[in-house]
Amino acid sequence: MDTITLAIQFQKKIDQDIKIEPRDWMPDEYRKTLIRQISQHAHSEVVGMLPEGNWITRAPSLRRKAILLAKVQDEAGHGLYLYSAAETLGITRDEMYQQLHTNKAKYSSIFNYPTISWADMGAIGWLVDGAAIMNQVPLSRCSYGPYARAMVRICKEESFHQRQGFEILLTLSKGNKAQQKMCQDAINRWWWPALMMFGPSDNDSPHTAQSMQWKIKRFTNDELRQKFVDVCAEQVKFLGMTLPDKDLKWNEAKQHYDFGPINWDEFWNVVKGNGPCNKERLSTRIQAWENGAWVREAALAYEEKKAARQYSYDTENKTNQVPVS
Amino acid sequence: MITLFRKFLYGDYGEIEGGTLATSSSREWPLWEVFIRSKQGLDHKHVGSLHAADAAMAIENARDVYTRRMEGVSIWVVESKNIHASNPDDANALYDPANDKIYRHPTFYQLPDELKYM
Repeated sequence: MDTITLAIQFQKKIDQDIKIEPRDWMPDEYRKTLIRQISQHAHSEVVGMLPEGNWITRAPSLRRKAILLAKVQDEAGHGLYLYSAAETLGITRDEMYQQLHTNKAKYSSIFNYPTISWADMGAIGWLVDGAAIMNQVPLSRCSYGPYARAMVRICKEESFHQRQGFEILLTLSKGNKAQQKMCQDAINRWWWPALMMFGPSDNDSPHTAQSMQWKIKRFTNDELRQKFVDVCAEQVKFLGMTLPDKDLKWNEAKQHYDFGPINWDEFWNVVKGNGPCNKERLSTRIQAWENGAWVREAALAYEEKKAARQYSYDTENKTNQVPVS
Repeated sequence: MITLFRKFLYGDYGEIEGGTLATSSSREWPLWEVFIRSKQGLDHKHVGSLHAADAAMAIENARDVYTRRMEGVSIWVVESKNIHASNPDDANALYDPANDKIYRHPTFYQLPDELKYM
């Protein structure tokens, strides 16, 4: 069959909401777009552990520390689900790491901002994870099966991340003056970067139309951003805090909140690598990879030695010939 | 078209001589597929994959990654290269024999409505 017929059949499947699975024919561009998007998403989960890792040893109580540890562990897991999904498209894990470490692949710019107070853990949970959920819920209906399934799993776990973040802010908002100030300060610093997480405005987002046609994306960047603003503008009232936007106002006609212009110069500047923490994040990541090299090699060497001795791992030691189900 | 990528896809084992790719230079841990029984009485179900040096490590990693919220009571791991898969392009021919045998379904048979327990 020629490529054009295959492409027509492919789009027909997409239009009928039939999922695409790893071994199905797909256009090269679809494969490339997915590899780019999923690996970028995976990198974001992994780099996303760093700003929070910063506070594990300094969490204000054992309860908070255990929660933060569990959250960071979840993010490592999310990275793994996503890397696995990308690998079904024919790229190796090492290739993806290499792209990240050599700056060829991006990750979400939000993680290039510093976490300078404990309240930042709250703001990240509420706003950053909140924005991520807004993005990820529609992705769990994405046309590519492995990506959609990874997103279902992630969304289930992500909800605890957002709730624990809001709880941190709620606690601070009921605290003393200094704690309330800390809470407001964190919201002020994370609000705009969180809005930028949805990506450039629809007019400046060249891939959106194609991604929508392929049902990789279900909503445009601006649609999701608006939804997020509407939700947060209400939620912030529970904290007795404000969002740092003087133009934020309910628009009765549109049934949406109006909000002020986003500083896209800042966005592109951070994307290009000039954010407050770009260099630090990447070098921490590379260092972790390099420090782990001997572990990876030792584990392989051990496995090879075992294989050479014809030793086979079997939990029950003798059930090889019996059907396991 | 897929030659751009070095990794072979699920179920390609055996189609490439020796089962491994000569071009693979990295010393990556092998890929494993993870299957989890969510509770006694149910089948194991594919949940995803991960890299591990050996089966024991694959089971431990699967425990940490796929059962953090009590999703399972039993884990299987299979090295991905050992999974053989049917080719989706052959689906029409492969499942054709089942297509025209509707008499395999109980609803094919017209029986009186008054007939009970059948």
